[in-house]
Amino acid sequence: MRLGAVLTAVFALAALISVVWVPHDTAVLTIADRTLGPSVAHPFGTDHFGRDMLSMLMAGARTSIAVALLAVGIGIVLGVPLGLAAAANRGGWLDEVIMRGNDLIFAFPSLVIAILITAVFGPSAVNAILAIGIFNIPVFARVARGGALPLWTLDYIMAARVAGKGPARISAEHILPNIANLLIVQATIQFSLGILAEAALSYVGLGAQPPTPSWGRMLADAQTMIHVAPQLAILPGVAIVLTVLGLNLLGDGLRDALDPRLRRVRG
Amino acid sequence: MTRAILKRLISMLLSLLAASLAIFVMLQAVPGHPADFMLGLNAQPDTIAALNAELGLEGTLRERYLDWVGGMLRGDFGTSYTYRVPVAGLIADRIWVSAPLAVYALVLTLLVAIPAGLLAASRRGRASDWGVMGVTQLGIAVPNFWFAMLLVLLFAVKLRWVSAGGFPGWSDPAQAIKALTLPAIALALPQASILARVLRGALIDTLEQDYMRTARAKGLSRRATVVRHGLRNAAIPMLTILGLQFSFLLAGAIIIEKVFFLPGLGQLIFQGITQRDLIVVQSVTMLLVFAVIAVTFAVELAYTLADPRLRRA
Repeated sequence: MRLGAVLTAVFALAALISVVWVPHDTAVLTIADRTLGPSVAHPFGTDHFGRDMLSMLMAGARTSIAVALLAVGIGIVLGVPLGLAAAANRGGWLDEVIMRGNDLIFAFPSLVIAILITAVFGPSAVNAILAIGIFNIPVFARVARGGALPLWTLDYIMAARVAGKGPARISAEHILPNIANLLIVQATIQFSLGILAEAALSYVGLGAQPPTPSWGRMLADAQTMIHVAPQLAILPGVAIVLTVLGLNLLGDGLRDALDPRLRRVRG
Repeated sequence: MTRAILKRLISMLLSLLAASLAIFVMLQAVPGHPADFMLGLNAQPDTIAALNAELGLEGTLRERYLDWVGGMLRGDFGTSYTYRVPVAGLIADRIWVSAPLAVYALVLTLLVAIPAGLLAASRRGRASDWGVMGVTQLGIAVPNFWFAMLLVLLFAVKLRWVSAGGFPGWSDPAQAIKALTLPAIALALPQASILARVLRGALIDTLEQDYMRTARAKGLSRRATVVRHGLRNAAIPMLTILGLQFSFLLAGAIIIEKVFFLPGLGQLIFQGITQRDLIVVQSVTMLLVFAVIAVTFAVELAYTLADPRLRRA
């Protein structure tokens, strides 16, 4: 978990810093300096357009994290209220409708549909966010409903109902804080899946468009140069792996830390 | 039990209906008409009308939707705007790359995941368990297309054992399988990692059950109890995950095909997208969605049959 937190922090920090400062401007192409090896000026070398790899990776982190984070945001903002509503209405028609709708979205191969969405509405970071975000909605709805259901049978919820609070208020004031742990863990998992999905979409040219740097796009460019400059294919991939690994480790650690029951035997 | 199966069948049909509607409606939102795109700016109105009729693009939305769905039920997937040949034919050519690739990857996944999961579960907490958990943790984090590029870098660029991509066709099966090997390995890595971890978890849960101790007390060896009772009880969570993974396998195949320049369904979709050949995109996507929904149905059916407790749902 500590490793996960450190890795996540490093990439989040790189992304944050890149908003205000990168070592070299990624929009400036210096063809004369293309595919340089590591040096003091360019610690990770330069790419086939002479852009500084460190700057590209930092800006790529920003793209990946922004896309995945906003996609998780869509999932939470739309999915959690749906899940809470379904739990408050457990067994009723609203519950049935919400859960069947969930099953339906789950039945779609998400990446295929994401490819379709970005292809139809044009490749852009915004459409990638929407395409990934849509598939986060049923995930959070299901987690919220699953976490909320057992709570509704507890005495303090009964007390709140006796005190005259309606289902919406109980969900917001009593249920939500108690399922926050579950949601945080799920958010880390969806975040890491979102990074992978964004990388895949931008690799096939359907994510953020140039000149916005993205890790997937860098890999796609590197592939065309694989015989000339194979080193370009390494770093963006390592960045993706370390970010996803960090988030996964962080998610596992948070799950264990927030749920004492899991602390016992599971390694 | 018939009721349970019938219920699943109805929900599968509803999913298919909703999926076809969603895909159809989405593709109506694409700006521009295929006929304008194909004939250019100076086309005569009657030429455009004739082409629209030929492509099945006349009539109301509802008529076109019903035409499309009805056609697919008869095996008619429409006519490609760019190639002017039936889409069904294009699919038939490409599916002989994509389907074997998916099956190949699935076989590799099982061959790696089952022994790894068994090993980790039966040596829990020891070095081999940590090894399996560490490697699979990494395997989940690696994007398969990047892993594919690393394989190309090592085996095609450095060692020159295989070509960096392309597909020679099935006339020489040995060459065809060789061309699919690296793509299948790349596809299988994340799948096998996830499956091995699920199997380990399921096995550990099972091994703690009382009946396992009974089996040991009856004189069965440790290995026999794990294989006979453990593996069988772990089969249901494994089937579930395999079913879920199938959609990732399909989507992954689309991306992996791009890495290795394989002429599969993925390539067909991307060509369709760049050439605005929407009927191809529409029909191939529907086919993939159908495959995923059908596999989900088959998996549910399989464990309804395997687990008596689920028959009453």
